[in-house]
Amino acid sequence: MIERYNFIERIVHWAAGVTYLYLLLTGLAFFTPTMWWIATLLGGGPVIRYWHPIAGLVFAATVIWMFFSWRRDMRITADDKRWAAGIEDYIAHREHKLPPAGKYNAGQKQFFWIMFYGGLALLLSGFALWFTEWIPWSLRWLRYAAILLHVAAFLATVAGFIVHVYMGVFVVKGGLSAMTTGKVTRTWAEHHHALWLPRE
Amino acid sequence: MAGSLNLVRISATSTTPPGIRRTETVTKYIDTTSCIGCKACEVACQQWNDLPPEATVQFGTYQTMPDLTPGFWNLIRFEETEVAGTQAWLMRKDQCMHCGDPGCLAACPSPHAIVQYSNGIVDFNQEHCIGCGYCITGCPFNIPKLSKSTAKVYKCTLCVDRVSVGLEPACIKACPTGCLQFGSKTQVLHVADKRVEQLKTNGFPNAMVYDPEGVGGTGVVTVLAHGDRLESYGLPRNPTIPLAVTLWKKPLKWLGSLGMIAGVLVAGLHYLKFGPKEDK
Repeated sequence: MIERYNFIERIVHWAAGVTYLYLLLTGLAFFTPTMWWIATLLGGGPVIRYWHPIAGLVFAATVIWMFFSWRRDMRITADDKRWAAGIEDYIAHREHKLPPAGKYNAGQKQFFWIMFYGGLALLLSGFALWFTEWIPWSLRWLRYAAILLHVAAFLATVAGFIVHVYMGVFVVKGGLSAMTTGKVTRTWAEHHHALWLPRE
Repeated sequence: MAGSLNLVRISATSTTPPGIRRTETVTKYIDTTSCIGCKACEVACQQWNDLPPEATVQFGTYQTMPDLTPGFWNLIRFEETEVAGTQAWLMRKDQCMHCGDPGCLAACPSPHAIVQYSNGIVDFNQEHCIGCGYCITGCPFNIPKLSKSTAKVYKCTLCVDRVSVGLEPACIKACPTGCLQFGSKTQVLHVADKRVEQLKTNGFPNAMVYDPEGVGGTGVVTVLAHGDRLESYGLPRNPTIPLAVTLWKKPLKWLGSLGMIAGVLVAGLHYLKFGPKEDK
């Protein structure tokens, strides 16, 4: 077995996952009345209003940590562009037609950057929503911009999140256990991340 | 009035509100041209609503404080300015406008925290308020104020408790000049139009009734001597629900919800069609 994620990386990943899921559920309750029942399940409107921004700070901290720790592995290369252009081969499990991936394939890299830029947008607009009453009336356009930015970044990250959870849990066998135990088999690594191993 | 048979709009609720009663729209009439700035309405509001005394702030004008606060819902705004080469001392009663199409209610994510009654009163139910402040963003008049101590928003209730039992709001009861009146919207507009006509023949050609259409008309109708100087009164020329709020609560909410459902469905279909990746 080869170590893919160390203990700290796993802790940070799951802190990000749990806080994002909480932010998503409570955010859905704020987003549409149809989902207000989530507020009831999670302790009521004032309770989720209190915790949502605090969970947001934790999530933002994990995103920033991942940025500084993982950004070198997340650089988009020329091969990644070819990989992304042939995405339908990945969707239909014809990986042999695609350029081999390093530690992360182009899809994972895209998800990383969506969560990084989306996370920053959510953090900045989130502050404006958290402290709305501190924004003077003359700068009220900031409130309007914050609402639109928060929704846009929310929808972009949700799209990434759905794909990420689906891929990790259902599609790529060994993906979930890589993030829980930190370890993958050599075969798995050769199959999914052929260019990653030689560097070890 | 505060009964479910009179509820015509409920925040964050997609089902039909239960209001089946038809009642007349109540309206507050404010004639700024006969206001003497006595502030009796400010005191009456504090007294009737049993609000604790609020520290006044001296900032170089006759105005009690710079802005409304969570415990001070009725503020006479004083503005010293020049109109047509002469000194003008403008006074306006600032408070919730009770919009026909309330932006606060549109923006509110918490069911029943903001409601509109069949008589037009827009009311905050603090027991359902979650303190998010979205109503502050939704309001085109800068009215709702968030309390730091309770994390709830507050504003003028149009004395819904008095109006429900057939009384006029406390501020109107207290007004010594009759510049505040109360009645049905038709009655009030009749009085307002007559007053504007009078002002126009008395040297105020720009006199107007402020009852902006962009927010569906307001339950507080203001007569202004200088309709060309709305900014001096601190009033927006054409208030509407902010575009961002409308986009967020209509297309973005629907497209976003559909997109999320579609995302989950596509993932499920992909699994049924292609299944998991095998590692050979």
